[in-house]
Amino acid sequence: MREILVISGKGGTGKTSLTGAFAHLASNKIVCDLDVDAPDLHLLLHPHPTHTQAFFSGHVAQIEEKLCTGCGLCASLCRYGAVGFKADSFSIDPLRCEGCKVCVQFCPAGAIHFPEKHCGEHYISSTRFGPMVHARLFPGEANSGRLVTTLKQQARELAKSRGLGLILSDGSPGIGCPVISSLSGANLAVVVTEPTPSGRHDLERVTSLCFHFQIAVAVIINKFDLNPQAAESIEAFCGARGYPVIARLPHDPVVTRAMVEGLVVTELPETDFSKEVGKTWTKIEEIAASLRKQ
Amino acid sequence: MIVSIASGKGGTGKTTVAASLARVWERPLVAVDLDVEAPNLHLFLCPQIEETGPAWIETPIVDESKCTFCSACSDLCQFKAISMMGSLVLTFPEMCHGCGGCIAICPQKALSPGRRQLGEISRGHAGGVQFLMGRLRIGEAMSPPLMRQVKTAMNEIAGAGGLDAVIDSPPGVSCPAVNAVMDSDVIVLVTEPTPFGFHDFRLAWEAFAPFGKPMGVVINRAGIGDRQVYSFCAEKEIPVLAEAPYDRAVAEGYSQGRIIADLSPKYRHIFVSLYAKIFELASARLDKGASHA
Repeated sequence: MREILVISGKGGTGKTSLTGAFAHLASNKIVCDLDVDAPDLHLLLHPHPTHTQAFFSGHVAQIEEKLCTGCGLCASLCRYGAVGFKADSFSIDPLRCEGCKVCVQFCPAGAIHFPEKHCGEHYISSTRFGPMVHARLFPGEANSGRLVTTLKQQARELAKSRGLGLILSDGSPGIGCPVISSLSGANLAVVVTEPTPSGRHDLERVTSLCFHFQIAVAVIINKFDLNPQAAESIEAFCGARGYPVIARLPHDPVVTRAMVEGLVVTELPETDFSKEVGKTWTKIEEIAASLRKQ
Repeated sequence: MIVSIASGKGGTGKTTVAASLARVWERPLVAVDLDVEAPNLHLFLCPQIEETGPAWIETPIVDESKCTFCSACSDLCQFKAISMMGSLVLTFPEMCHGCGGCIAICPQKALSPGRRQLGEISRGHAGGVQFLMGRLRIGEAMSPPLMRQVKTAMNEIAGAGGLDAVIDSPPGVSCPAVNAVMDSDVIVLVTEPTPFGFHDFRLAWEAFAPFGKPMGVVINRAGIGDRQVYSFCAEKEIPVLAEAPYDRAVAEGYSQGRIIADLSPKYRHIFVSLYAKIFELASARLDKGASHA
């Protein structure tokens, strides 16, 4: 089984629009939206959930006021500034609580409860492009890395039971917890960048992360025509690092048009852009196949 | 006053807005990059960095000669960062959240504070604007502890000089984004009028509205996409503080590292007006608060 992950470092470079098109072009696959924090792929794929599961992860401390003696030990032990003192009583801000249990453990009155947190939901769905695994983390919740891991396990089991050879995943921006979890087990990271200072800077950071975890990288320069000179400099950077640049895609309003219609760009009548996207997917498949042989 | 620039969806123009606001801000200001995973504000403000230092998180060090393998530490640890295997103590510093629980609970005092590097914090200035940035180490998973340290530095700088702060926040609506906006006085959400932009804007609004802070929206690339964000803002009475039309010249200017407020008087005016509206938004809320009192 192959696992291909689309990431970018910088947000808004076109990850999700391209992943949607690849989901249309790829066969024998399961699609996975690993951007659990602000998922968008469902806006193109319109999944129908067949299984919905609650996601519980971590705990949150809660002070029971009538048991609290007001000693303040919890506030002095908390490293996250989560214990506040207002109107003569202590309380815990759930958004600042890290769920470390230190206050619960040391409270001399046993006044702090520690319930499990319901952080979101995850789904197995059907789409016009085949099965999809995705999730929704409730706003403000933590543990996105654990949810990403849960989704990937689910995708792997499903791929195995249905005999599907590819997991195609849309990743989240950044280089932190959810991205690190997304990379684990991936065969190829397709990094979408743009010829802007931010695009370039975050490409360097996210490819360094891939190097750190020894994941193969292929690069797509999106909106290359905004600054052809900067695009060339990105190609030189990729050349020096040995990352294949598999596509230079222009800044084309057809992408937004497809999004507004709730379709992927390769479903609209053929354009130069959609042809390029088709060629790009062929190259990704070739690279993924060559990696498997190695 | 602390103003955080946030978005939900990445790439809608947070950094563009933060950099342009820094250009037109009239009062003393510190510009803060809290998008520690992908910090980009410095690429546009081009600050002179005066000081860069490491940021650490506390992790335990085990003195095996004192350990009795009672497992009090591993029983308490919620993050699987310390575990017992027979007469072996294993620590996993990368998993540690630095709560200090294991060190506090060890009856033998066999644990002492060590540290892991989260990243770096840089300070400098861009013209008359103070600059502060956190930068997560490659391979480090946890951005919130580094963000907390950057915010502490921000409060020192802003508090000492009576400065305002403009925060460039990370995208998303989960813990890092919430961490960035929770201590600010005003939240400015930057969106684009596309289905993705609207969807993530709505998630961000739902995540941040419970804070009860004054919140307004900047619609970037106006003219592309659809009208969903406009009808939502009208329905929820979310003030549209500024609109920047879609303009290829802006996208090209951005690709050259230019600050949009510097492109033309027309664009500068958008941000001068945004600056004024942010203060109006903050004071309207104060008046409202006063009338309730």
